[in-house]
Amino acid sequence: MEYRQRYALNGILLYVVSTIFVAYLIFNVLEDTKTWNALFWIILLFSATNATSKSFQHESDNRFLYIYTLASPQAIIIAKAIYNMLLIVLVGIVHYTFFSLLIGNPIDGTGLFISGLLLGSMGIATVLTFVAAIASKTNNNTTLMAVLSFPIMLPLLLTVIKVSTLASVGFGFEEGGIYLLVLGLINIVILTLSYILFPYLWRA
Amino acid sequence: MKNWWKILAFILLLFTVIGGFLIEVPKQVILYETIRNLYFHVPMWFTMIFLFLISVIYSIKHLSSSNMHHDIVAKQMVNTGIIFGILGLITGSIWAKYTWGTYWTNDVKLNGSAITMLVYFAYLILRNSMDEEQKRARIAAVYNIFAFVMLVVFIGILPRMYDSLHPGNGGNPGFNSYDTDKNMLMVFYPAVLGWILLSLWIANINIRINKLKEK
Repeated sequence: MEYRQRYALNGILLYVVSTIFVAYLIFNVLEDTKTWNALFWIILLFSATNATSKSFQHESDNRFLYIYTLASPQAIIIAKAIYNMLLIVLVGIVHYTFFSLLIGNPIDGTGLFISGLLLGSMGIATVLTFVAAIASKTNNNTTLMAVLSFPIMLPLLLTVIKVSTLASVGFGFEEGGIYLLVLGLINIVILTLSYILFPYLWRA
Repeated sequence: MKNWWKILAFILLLFTVIGGFLIEVPKQVILYETIRNLYFHVPMWFTMIFLFLISVIYSIKHLSSSNMHHDIVAKQMVNTGIIFGILGLITGSIWAKYTWGTYWTNDVKLNGSAITMLVYFAYLILRNSMDEEQKRARIAAVYNIFAFVMLVVFIGILPRMYDSLHPGNGGNPGFNSYDTDKNMLMVFYPAVLGWILLSLWIANINIRINKLKEK
């Protein structure tokens, strides 16, 4: 269903790459891991917001009704969430590759970083999917999207940044494992919440 | 005596103000007399959390019943809670100025409270962006529940992962451990109860005004 809008996917990938290129032109190579982490996650966050904000907009009313007769709301939110997860994970991987190529890669604990990246992008994707569903019901949804989602994403972001800071100074799974666990738990909480609450949104 | 709790709130707060400023407090290095802020700053946050909790309960009630009364209660609880949150921030930063030497530091608990405020401002903005009443009530309720759970995650998990300057964390003396003596508790508990009752009173008035406006 979403796959039909492939041009959007290419658009997002290009968005990521060009943002990284701009950052590269400004910073060249970053030595400081703190700045590296900040820049990395900010770019990923904004690309993710851009990528998912459209996920409920394109549905016209008629098609909405049609899907409504076909599938239960739970199935729809789960499907959307899974699609967005795949999308953001893909964006995250592309982002990481280009970022390391151009701006440099201070990460020593690559395994830890990658798992943090995966879990983090999944969490970001689920929160954004749910908030996009809320925002699509209102009139001015682009601003609202950011206003609504950033504060609730913060626990996730802070944990993920903690993981990547640990990874950048070379820690492995023993030290970072607890944070990965926290990330996983937050993911589960978000998914369950959207599963329970989405039917109410759908009916509104 | 339908309004006994309003009188109780008045008496308790009178006691808090008089007792809070006059009753003997333990002398602590750095803190000294600023420890009296315990009667004002801490209950503000307790009250705010309490109001937001009620708001979430009413949001859940609204989703299961579609009763507009529940929506109004949820909204006004948030409004009143924000007032107490702002008061908590103000009392907190004045206290921090005298003990830490700055109004604001980069600290988990401080940031947590700021984020809480952001979330609830976002809630109000979300409400204002919709006109249709039923729809607004429903969507706001959904966001309220979602945001509250994320806040619980935030306030519950993250501060334990970082050190904090704030009393009660990372080797700092916490108010609830050894330095809260009997005198202080004698004022503190009534203070908490008094502020909560006062907040319910304010919220109650807000709800009634809101209902009159709807008519």
